Amino acid sequence: MNGKKILAWFAVAIGSLYFLLPLVATFEFSMRMRRGEYSFDAYRSVFADIQFRETFSYSILMALLTILVGMLLIVPTAYWVRLRLPQIRPIVEFITLLPLVIPAIVIVFGYLRLYNSSSFLPLTGSDRGTDILLVFAFMTLSLPYMYRSVDTSMRAIDVRTLTEAAESLGASWTTIMFRCIFPNVISGVLSGAFIAFAIVIGEFTMPSLLNRPAFGPYLQLIGANRAYEPPALAMIAFAMTWASMGLINLASRLQKVSRARV
Amino acid sequence: MAQAQGTLNRKMIVDWLGIVPFMLFAVLFLILPTLYLVTGAFFNPAGELTLQNFRDLAQPQIAAAYWISIKISFASALGGLLIGFFLAWAITMGGLPGWIRSFVLTFSGVASNFAGVPLAFAFLATLGRTGLLTWLLAEFFGFNIYGHGFNLLSFFGLTLVYMYFQIPLMVLIITPALDGLKKEWNEAASILGATTTQYWTMVVLPILWPSLMGTFLLLFANSFGAIATAYALAGPAINIVPIQLYAQIRGDVLHNPNLGYAVALGMVVITGISNFLYIWLRMRAERWQK
Repeated sequence: MNGKKILAWFAVAIGSLYFLLPLVATFEFSMRMRRGEYSFDAYRSVFADIQFRETFSYSILMALLTILVGMLLIVPTAYWVRLRLPQIRPIVEFITLLPLVIPAIVIVFGYLRLYNSSSFLPLTGSDRGTDILLVFAFMTLSLPYMYRSVDTSMRAIDVRTLTEAAESLGASWTTIMFRCIFPNVISGVLSGAFIAFAIVIGEFTMPSLLNRPAFGPYLQLIGANRAYEPPALAMIAFAMTWASMGLINLASRLQKVSRARV
Repeated sequence: MAQAQGTLNRKMIVDWLGIVPFMLFAVLFLILPTLYLVTGAFFNPAGELTLQNFRDLAQPQIAAAYWISIKISFASALGGLLIGFFLAWAITMGGLPGWIRSFVLTFSGVASNFAGVPLAFAFLATLGRTGLLTWLLAEFFGFNIYGHGFNLLSFFGLTLVYMYFQIPLMVLIITPALDGLKKEWNEAASILGATTTQYWTMVVLPILWPSLMGTFLLLFANSFGAIATAYALAGPAINIVPIQLYAQIRGDVLHNPNLGYAVALGMVVITGISNFLYIWLRMRAERWQK
């Protein structure tokens, strides 16, 4: 029994060493900018960089659009499949898993060939068009996670009864969707949104190949040209990932609380 | 009667209309782009049907890229599997305080999503030529890792980096499976006189092997498609499949667009097979978790 406990502590110790050392080293490296003493100069330099602000806000905007359009597509679809088309469920689930099967770089390769300026839908012909394509690209990336979290929280509510109750009170489809279904699956929508945010914000491959000024390609560029800013940016990225995960936990706790109240 | 038929049909049409936006999205942004590459792989630049592109995948540069990618994915998946299992075992059955379990699980959620370019930065700051660990080892143990052939851009280096997101993913997937092992099974085994080793090899492993195999395949596919970390570490200098494909998309380095499609198809086949086996194995594994 005692040997087991020692072994377990050993596992945690090795794990902590492997996982915390790179974080400590990154933090230490990011403080080395001023010769001879530790300082936050690298962070100051990052935040003062106009390109940082531009690419970061561009990526945040893209992430928000991805979440907005994605949820407007996914929530009604998941609802409809549960209510009216249970027979098509396996196909829809299969499609939502496809982005895990097809690597992002292959998907974007297809876009570049299919939507180039001489095609039937020349999205890559203009910046605005490429932005739209990028939002759809990000939607495919986060589709497995968004769909699963929405569908899981929809499983917990009785979609049919809710719909019938709303219908018999004379509610229109938009009322049912936005005042009845959305509020009931809000925890799933939120956790899906935060996962999507964490995935999209630093994504490199897709914006880089589509030539859009997003945060991921900016990170890569800085990594190739600067010494102390990259670890500072890595710390910022780690903090953001941590925040997204914390918010997901909060959202799922919200679900438990609301379930308990029922 | 005829009218009832009419309403029935209209209801069916409305039913199917509801799924149209999603299907349109899937066709336009997932299925058509992939199909375009898949069909392109079977043609030559002149537009004739051919299998030559697949024969050309065997040329040294491409074959080497596939081989290195497979090796790195295999090693990082296996390492992630073993170490992740060890960690998951420690937090579920090791008798550790509860806060360690929740800390490890939360941290795993973060670290499994901490990939891409920032992960490369973190490891450069740790094990790069001027990294903290490199310096500590040289200063206090007189051991210069770069003098002994270590390189972050090597097979071993990349495997070490990839395990940073592979291990946590394993922990997240396998912890519920370990929680699902019923206490009664252990008690039943020990009442029947089984040793701990027998319990593990004859009860636990047969129950867990679909989960273990499945997770291994998921981790394999996960690192096979990863590009950003390697690209940020090495630029185009390291010859793995996604980076080769990246260079091909950027500038047709293979001088044959259709060969590029074949490289892409090869990636989809490899990640596809591992993912489908994973899903199939997970369905088998779930039988024991009810």
